[in-house]
Amino acid sequence: MMWVIIALVFWLAAWAVNVALARSRYHDTKLVRLIVPLLFGATLLVLWEGLVRGFSVSPVILPAPSVVAQTFANSTDILWVDFTQTVLKGAVSGYAIGCLSAFIAAIAIDRSAFLTRGLLPIGNFVAALPIVGIAPILVSWFGFDWHSKAAVVVVMVFFPMLVNTVQGLRETDQMQRDLMHTYAAGYVTTLTKLRLPAAMPFVFNGLKIAATLALIGAIVAEYFGSPTRGMGFRISTGVGSLSIDLVWAEIFVAALAGSGFYGAVALIERAVTFWHPSQRGRA
Amino acid sequence: MRSLLPILTVLGAIVAIWYLAVAPMNVRVALDQVERSGAIVEPATSVERRATSVWRLMLDNSEHVAAGYALERPRLPTPAQVGQELWKTTGEMVLRGRALSKRSLILHGWITLKSTLSGFVLGTLLGILGAVAIVYSRVTRMSLMPWAIISQTIPIVALAPMIIVLSSQLGIEGRGLPKAIISAYLCYFPVLVGMVKGLQSPAIAQLDLLRTYSASGLQSFLKLRLPASVPYLFTSLKIGIAAALVGTIVGELPTGAVSGLGARILIGDQFGTPLAIWAALFTAAILAGLLVTFLDLSQRLILRRMGMPS
Repeated sequence: MMWVIIALVFWLAAWAVNVALARSRYHDTKLVRLIVPLLFGATLLVLWEGLVRGFSVSPVILPAPSVVAQTFANSTDILWVDFTQTVLKGAVSGYAIGCLSAFIAAIAIDRSAFLTRGLLPIGNFVAALPIVGIAPILVSWFGFDWHSKAAVVVVMVFFPMLVNTVQGLRETDQMQRDLMHTYAAGYVTTLTKLRLPAAMPFVFNGLKIAATLALIGAIVAEYFGSPTRGMGFRISTGVGSLSIDLVWAEIFVAALAGSGFYGAVALIERAVTFWHPSQRGRA
Repeated sequence: MRSLLPILTVLGAIVAIWYLAVAPMNVRVALDQVERSGAIVEPATSVERRATSVWRLMLDNSEHVAAGYALERPRLPTPAQVGQELWKTTGEMVLRGRALSKRSLILHGWITLKSTLSGFVLGTLLGILGAVAIVYSRVTRMSLMPWAIISQTIPIVALAPMIIVLSSQLGIEGRGLPKAIISAYLCYFPVLVGMVKGLQSPAIAQLDLLRTYSASGLQSFLKLRLPASVPYLFTSLKIGIAAALVGTIVGELPTGAVSGLGARILIGDQFGTPLAIWAALFTAAILAGLLVTFLDLSQRLILRRMGMPS
């Protein structure tokens, strides 16, 4: 019972600190903006730890964060092998191929208004379909190794990326294009100097959506057969063999990889589209 | 209607490419089969054929290419085969009066739909409540919003097997609830983001106007903020329901479930019947299409009733 009480006290105290911080006149400073969510996250962890210890929940059901951290530290080699297999080989290569080909396809399609009109609704529709389901088919086509995972990722990210890029390429209005025309700019110049920069916010929107989809695709595809490594493989076998602490460590890696991937895309976005209203006003 | 012709053209092109791709994809399997039934094939054994490219095989055995279009277990079925399988597991079952038998995709689609809808309702409620908390309380906004964003970069579907095992150990019978939790997790975020934007969309001047009417906080919420957020809500709901369906199907995948579209995909994979996988996939796609279309129609209807441009 001690643990539960300590956790609850910590929770109340942290919440009070957060309220005080948010109400104080420093609430707009960078430091407070960082501390408040961090403190909130810490409370969740402490609550989790306290409840698991206080009610002595079996580690087979829910291991405490400290146990997970220990497992994480002890099995970094396994985690690294899984990380390279799933994230670096499967997700990132599929992401690169899928986004690049969708980008090129979008530029090609953009030249024909007819195709654009036909493709946008279909692309929007396909983007809403549960594409992860094709994983077993692609695994049987491309084999168990990372190639099939990359293929699943390619198919998953292609349409969101295509739709966003095509939409972005239509962002410039007639006046701006006419202006480029009066400068005697050809198609390529107009594309690179005017339309692609204008499309960038949309392109990055697509890239960000695709970043979260890529990890999902790579992990889920591993449920359908993979070599004896990879995060999806480890999670599904770990659940079966009741080594739940390793599964949580694996999930922690997935969370880190996902946030890092998304964060990297967001950082590049900020550097590329610094002129856009949604980026202005941010320090 | 202006875009009907382009859409049909693109669809036609997709089907045409599909049909063209069937021949090279299936030629090896087809040749193995005609060889077994006694026909003479160009490189005689399948070991030799494995080293030859599919294009070479198709050139040398042009009379057998057609066999690739009628395989029982094709690597890539033709659209017609998928359609037949779909009809066999839905329409024909209805005609024979066994619409809810275990082989019918209507039953499995219904099971998936139930979990999707309960997850969708749960996720939407969570999203709306979260958005209200975020809009009205600065502490929640500062502490919750960053974690809500981070939560989306975690591939939650990775948690699917965990959630299901956990809930069964906690004594929750049946798979409905854990699947609903996964799909709720996937669909709460679009709703949260959309509602935050929507609830904040009234201008300061409008909020001030309500204050001059001495409207209470609840009144300004019900009469101004909530109606203003409806268009944002519907846009989010359309994304959310598609995500919820993905969540349910993934929740059915990795745990040996026996019913639901995800389970059909899994069983088709384990028993090597690609047609069953394709039929389940298309049912899932049709389901997603119907759900999004339904939300789209109700959006137009409701916005028109509210006097907003739709």
